[in-house]
Amino acid sequence: MQKLLQSQTARRIAQIALVTVLVGLTIYFAAQKNYRPVQYVQLALDGLRGGTIYALVALGFVTVFNVTGIINFAQGAFAMLGAMIAVSVNIALADLPGVPRLLLAGLAAVLITTLVGVIMERVTIFPARDAEPLTLIIITVGVFIVLQGIALLIWGTDSYSLDSFTTFETSDHIIRLGGEAEGAIPLIIRSQSFWIWGTAAVLMAGLWFFFERTMIGRALKACSDNRQAAALMGISPERMSMLSFALAAAVGAIGGFVLAPATRPIYDMGLSLGLKGFIAAIIGGLVNPAAAVVGGLMLGVIENLGAGITRAGFKDVIAFLILILMLLFRPQGLFTRQQRVEKV
Amino acid sequence: MLLSIDDLSSYYGQIQALKGISLAVEQGEIVALVGANGAGKTTLLNSISGLMQPREGCITFDGHDITHKSPVDVVKLGISHVPEHRQLFGTMTVQDNLLLGAYHRRRQASRKQLEDDIAAICAIFPILAERKNQLAGTLSGGEQQMLAIGRGMMAKPRLMLLDEPSLGLAPLIVKSLFEVIATLREDGTTIVLVEQNARAALRLADRAYVLETGKVVLEGAADDLLQDERVQATYLGGH
Repeated sequence: MQKLLQSQTARRIAQIALVTVLVGLTIYFAAQKNYRPVQYVQLALDGLRGGTIYALVALGFVTVFNVTGIINFAQGAFAMLGAMIAVSVNIALADLPGVPRLLLAGLAAVLITTLVGVIMERVTIFPARDAEPLTLIIITVGVFIVLQGIALLIWGTDSYSLDSFTTFETSDHIIRLGGEAEGAIPLIIRSQSFWIWGTAAVLMAGLWFFFERTMIGRALKACSDNRQAAALMGISPERMSMLSFALAAAVGAIGGFVLAPATRPIYDMGLSLGLKGFIAAIIGGLVNPAAAVVGGLMLGVIENLGAGITRAGFKDVIAFLILILMLLFRPQGLFTRQQRVEKV
Repeated sequence: MLLSIDDLSSYYGQIQALKGISLAVEQGEIVALVGANGAGKTTLLNSISGLMQPREGCITFDGHDITHKSPVDVVKLGISHVPEHRQLFGTMTVQDNLLLGAYHRRRQASRKQLEDDIAAICAIFPILAERKNQLAGTLSGGEQQMLAIGRGMMAKPRLMLLDEPSLGLAPLIVKSLFEVIATLREDGTTIVLVEQNARAALRLADRAYVLETGKVVLEGAADDLLQDERVQATYLGGH
C-alpha cells in the first residue's frame, strides 16, 4: 500500500512536471514567433484538415479492433490505396468531364480497396484466427509492407496529384477571409478542405446510422461486446471479422481519396497516415469511435500548431511524443475515466 | 424424439468433463438437469449449442446430426441457448438485445413482425418495456435474467436451453421466472433447464436427469426424483 501510494504520488508529480515543461516550452516558442491570432487560427484550421483524415483512419482501427481484437497496421495502406487508385483512374479517364471522372475515380478507389481489405482478411487473418492477438498484429504489419511494396511496383517512387473536386484541375480554388485592411493577414482555406470535412461528416453520420439502426451494424457491435453471446444469436464471428475489414478498408480509402487533391499522393504515404491514425485511436481509447474522431482532430490541430511555432519538421516528433505520453500516462484513452475492465 | 444425446464425451484440454452422457428430450417436455457444481451441466448445454465441440458421441436434433455444428448453425435449426451468467450485450440497449435475439430470422421476419415479437415479450416481462432504451448492463440481476430469456425467445426456438436462470435472484423473482418458463412450454417450446436449485427445478419439470462428475447417475419422472431418498439427501437438503 505504502509502495503503491509512493508510486502514485511519483506519477502525479511526474505528470505535473511534464505539463509545466510542455506549457513553458509552448509559451517560449510562441513568444519567439510573435504570431498574430489569425495565424494561429490558420495553423489550427490546416491541422483540422489533416486531423479529419487521421480521424477516418482511426475509425478503421477502432472498427477492426472492436470486432476482432486486432490492431490492423495495414490501415494506413488502405488510405494510400484509396489515393493512388483514384489518381490512376483519374489519369486513365482524362477525356471525361470532371464530375464523372472524379466520381468514377472515387468509386473505383473505394471498391478496389474494400476488395483488398476482404482478401487480406480471408488470406492472412482468417487462417490464423486462433493465433494470439500479437501474432495477428504482426501479420498486419507484414500485409502493410506487402501492400506498400506492390504500390511501389505499380506507381514507382514518383509523387502524383489528383484534381481538386471543385475546379477539376490540379490547382485548387482558394478562399480568402479578411485581409483587406492594410497589413492584415487573410485566412486562407482551400476548397478541398470543405470537401474533406463534408465527406467525413456524411461518412460519420452514415456509420452512426449503420451501427445504431441496421441489424447487421448491431450484429457487428454485438460481436465486439460479447463474441460468445453473438455466436449464440447466430452471428458468425468469421463473417463479422471480414465485414469489419471491409468497412475499415472502405473508410480508409474514402479518407485517402478526399485527401489526395490536398496532398501529393505517393506510394509510401500510408505509413505516416497509419501511424497518425493509430495515435488518434489511442487518444480515444481504441474502442470508442466518437472518441477516436475527437482524438484525430485533436492530434491534427496540436501537431500543426506545435510545428507552426517550432519547425515544420517537428510535426512527427510532436505526434509521437503524444503517443508516448498517452501510453505512459493514459493508456485507456483521454476520455475514459476508469481502467478498462476485462470482460469475463 | 426432439433431442437425443448418445454417449457424449467432452473435454477441457486433457480434463474430461462429460463421460459418456446419454439422454433424450421429447417434444413439449420440460427436462431438468440437476447436479452439483462441476457435474457437467453447463458443459452439456455448451456441447449441444456448439459453444464446445464434443470429442465422442452424437447429438441429434429433430433428425439433424448437430454434434459438430457451430452455434450459428444450431440456432438456425431452432435451438436457443440462454447461457450461464446471462451474457447480455451490456453496452447495448434492452431493445437492441431483443432485436439481436432475432438475428438469425432477419431475412424471414419483417420489421413489423419483430416489433410484434418484442411487444409480446414485453407483455410477459413488463419491466423490459419500461427499460427499453436503457443499457442492458445497467439492469438489476432479475431484469437481466428476464432480458436474457426474452432475447432467447426472440429466436423463436423449438428447444430452449436455460442455464441457471435462478442464479443470484431473490426467491420471489425466481418464482415468477419459473411461472414464465411454464407458460413457454404451454406455448409449445420444449425446455431443458439446468438448475442448482433442484427442488424448484424438479417441481417444474416433467422429467429430470441427475448428473455427477460428468455422468448421468439417476433419471426419471421429476415427481419420482423428488421422492427419491438419494436425491433428497444430496440435493434437497434432506427435508
